[in-house]
Amino acid sequence: MMPQTHSVREVIKETPDTFTLTLQPENGAGASFFQPGQFSMLWVYGVGELPISISGDPGKQDRLVYTVRSVGKATNAFVSQKPGAGVGVRGPFGIGWPVDVARGHDLVIVAGGIGLAPLRPVIYHVLSHRADYDRLVLIYGARSPRDLLYRKELASWARQRDTQVLITVDYGGLSWRNHVGVVTTLLKYARLRPAQSVAMLCGPEIMMRFVARDLAGHGFGRSQIYLSMERNMKCAVGFCGHCQYGPHFICKDGPVFTYEQIGPMMDKYEL
Amino acid sequence: MENLERIIADCPFFAGLDHTYLNLIVGCASNVRFEAGSYMFKEGTPADTFYLIREGKVAIEIFAPHRKPIIVSTVGEGEIVGWSWLLPPYVWKFHGHALQSVRAIALDGKCLRAKCEENHDLGYEILKRVVQIVEHRLDEARFQQVDVYAVQR
Repeated sequence: MMPQTHSVREVIKETPDTFTLTLQPENGAGASFFQPGQFSMLWVYGVGELPISISGDPGKQDRLVYTVRSVGKATNAFVSQKPGAGVGVRGPFGIGWPVDVARGHDLVIVAGGIGLAPLRPVIYHVLSHRADYDRLVLIYGARSPRDLLYRKELASWARQRDTQVLITVDYGGLSWRNHVGVVTTLLKYARLRPAQSVAMLCGPEIMMRFVARDLAGHGFGRSQIYLSMERNMKCAVGFCGHCQYGPHFICKDGPVFTYEQIGPMMDKYEL
Repeated sequence: MENLERIIADCPFFAGLDHTYLNLIVGCASNVRFEAGSYMFKEGTPADTFYLIREGKVAIEIFAPHRKPIIVSTVGEGEIVGWSWLLPPYVWKFHGHALQSVRAIALDGKCLRAKCEENHDLGYEILKRVVQIVEHRLDEARFQQVDVYAVQR
């Protein structure tokens, strides 16, 4: 439960307000094992603690990578860290993406905005265990072209065998030659085989609700659709109750759930 | 003609349509091509055609004085562009801009309107399909309006 100090190794500016920071353990601390979809509690000394999903490659255990959008005091402080600075890390926590369940299936990943960050470890995992998975479909939506994360990687993933990458933005400039429209509009272009697929969704909750509904309309069962939820996580181990969502604690029972588990709760205003 | 009928029959918009109706529709159809960067139609001009996109991407743009055109959505392979041909005053409300080289089936709206007037069963079938597209695009526009990726404060 005590944060372990890591030092900032690299800071990459992804978009005007989103940064990817690579951390490595200080003082010869051990390797960083994590499952795709798990998160850490990051302590910015003197400012506060943040729950942030790990966005790096689970195969590279000498580092922890986080992609953070600067939206408030603590996130601003985190993304402003310079190489060499110290950051406290607790974790990893939570139940991540079901990469084992998806083995032997098509994997349909639908991400919105910064929601691509928690899904990137899944993509790394699939690409490094390519023979274990069938078709990979990545559907990604962002607000505008300048808000797209990991542009170079998106292009490189699109060149992989048996991989389809579809990208859209809600607002496209004149130089944008790709799709314009909400992320659900891409489903009709996706090479979907619902009967043999597992879908993983991450993005704003309202987006996931629309996507899950549309995937169900395409023939996906509710138990085939997984979503990563977000609530105000504090302790990260299910003690404090800040992230309670109906009968679940997002930090401990999630953040990844099936649509079957949480679909009915997503329609409740109070939750 | 046979080829056109097959292409039209394979289009989701016309899925399940009776063979007799397909024959009537084929009579109003022709193959067209648009170069990347060209305009398929412009706002304010007569909307006497609609398009079934076979290949390429079309931007639906709003003209904005003193600004660059605003792309509100894109339409691609297998989709229909345009419903202004069906409703008075039969005038395009937006620009249709070919973002890539576009191959399409152009359907003569005037010709089809006349056939729909003569045969209300055909008219009802077409209207049901157009309304479904209008509903989808309205849903998409509403969802877009929510601006889900904006920072929640």
